[in-house]
Amino acid sequence: MLMIRIKAPSKAKKGEVIELKAMIQHKMETGYRRDRYGRQIPKDILRRFECIYNDVVVFRAEFFPAVAANPILVFHTIATESGTLLFKWVDEAGVESYDKVELEVV
Amino acid sequence: MKEVEKIDNLRFKRRSVLKASALGVGALVSPGVALATPAGVEKSIASLFGGRVPEAGRVTVKIPPITENGTSVAFMVNVESPMTLEDHVVRIAVFAEENPVPDIARFELGPRAGIARVESRIRMNGSQRIRAVAEMNDGSLWSGYAFSIVTLAACLL
Amino acid sequence: MWRFVIRGLCFSLLPALPVLSNAKEISDFSANPDLPSEVVASGFEFLTPESQALQLDDFANPGFLWVDRGRLLFEKQEGKRACVDCHSERDSEMDSEMDSRREGKTDPESDGKVLPGSATRFPKINQDTNQLINLEGQINHCRVERQSLSPLPYESEQLLSLTAYVTSLSRNMAYDIAIDGTADAYYDRGRAYFFKRKGQLNLACSQCHDDNWGKLLRGDRISQGHPNAYPGYRLEWQNFGSLHRRFRDCDVGVKAEPFAAGSETYLALELYLKWRAKRLLIESPGIRR
Repeated sequence: MLMIRIKAPSKAKKGEVIELKAMIQHKMETGYRRDRYGRQIPKDILRRFECIYNDVVVFRAEFFPAVAANPILVFHTIATESGTLLFKWVDEAGVESYDKVELEVV
Repeated sequence: MKEVEKIDNLRFKRRSVLKASALGVGALVSPGVALATPAGVEKSIASLFGGRVPEAGRVTVKIPPITENGTSVAFMVNVESPMTLEDHVVRIAVFAEENPVPDIARFELGPRAGIARVESRIRMNGSQRIRAVAEMNDGSLWSGYAFSIVTLAACLL
Repeated sequence: MWRFVIRGLCFSLLPALPVLSNAKEISDFSANPDLPSEVVASGFEFLTPESQALQLDDFANPGFLWVDRGRLLFEKQEGKRACVDCHSERDSEMDSEMDSRREGKTDPESDGKVLPGSATRFPKINQDTNQLINLEGQINHCRVERQSLSPLPYESEQLLSLTAYVTSLSRNMAYDIAIDGTADAYYDRGRAYFFKRKGQLNLACSQCHDDNWGKLLRGDRISQGHPNAYPGYRLEWQNFGSLHRRFRDCDVGVKAEPFAAGSETYLALELYLKWRAKRLLIESPGIRR
């Protein structure tokens, strides 16, 4: 189970630009490191990230091995309506990790 | 020596000091791993954006001028844009000029973003430029860059 | 090339003191020759501003991923009872506990139950075994004796997370280490290890961290070697790790055979270092290079 940290406002005014922060625990193994026996540690990274706001994708990211371990993203979206913000990461095997927060828009 | 030695006097000298020192960063590169070059980044940009050449401007990249450890460098890219339906950033692609792989990340925005600013943390395999290219909805391309002196390389050490 | 050599020499001879804005003066230095100098400075002072900012960022500090997981494990119903069933971190209990301590009264029943502040007192002599035990050891002791669970291996995700969580409850508190009684022998042992030359490089900890702190070692400024950021996130590991893992890195660094995490030597060294770090505040989850 991957630990996820989300920082998002719980309330916002309609039309307000809100800042969203999302961090996930992941080694983002580049494939270049070697273990203590000299064997190459296989590449294993998160490939994609999506922020879905009430079924609409409002932000997407594609990661390459140069994204640091335990990747963090800070991005913005306009508070349009009350609802759910879903934060989803997908790794190379297609395994998804996600967390969601509720947003109240007044 | 690679094209890097033509680019920046400071970086060239730093590279020879590093190679002369016990660290010997160059010697530890795995055989067969070619590093990216600024020319390689141009090729990546061309292939990603269908041959179009970006114009310098509107894109600000922020990384610290000196980084003590390249494994986690605070990175910010900001694009000047009203982010309206008629005029907004569609995507931003970020590149490293001297990492093993030139691509770092790609971000897809749109009018719902509000402002075209993204922050993350990246790996840098030595002192180099980080370049960001932004594509607008009208197809125009803009780019900006920043340089950091990296004390400890991330990937191939 | 010579310009670099001369520049490097000048740079390394620059005194580190102007950089250390939060370093503390020790008035009783002459009475405590084991302290690194008149000034005690956390490793935080030797980081770049960006690394310092990362440690101080309550969201982006990756160490909090382990603190968060630790909190979940702390509250998880597993075995005979969850950690939270005995241990409380509610402020009212903490206040009454601190009042009792100030008045010189400590209730043996409650001692150890209130966790904020507990990390300032480890390693300490365990009443049951009369041996030195650190926080990791105490967590495992509780798991086996009181929760009927198996002990967790060092550097496992769960033990790191639990240690991270409990230590984080003592963030910004000063160490309160007892080195009298049975702990005295461990203190001597830890101190001896600190001053002993070891490894192919034949270096003692004191030679870097007492005698040459503040100077440049290749691209890094040597710190005083205090443990207050651990368990912490090390950029070199790109991961979270324990203090004993950091000891192993140091020993390997001087090309000495490292001891096992949790070994008596490292426990003794931990006791000595935490005593030596008096007046410094716990920064765990810290960021270090």
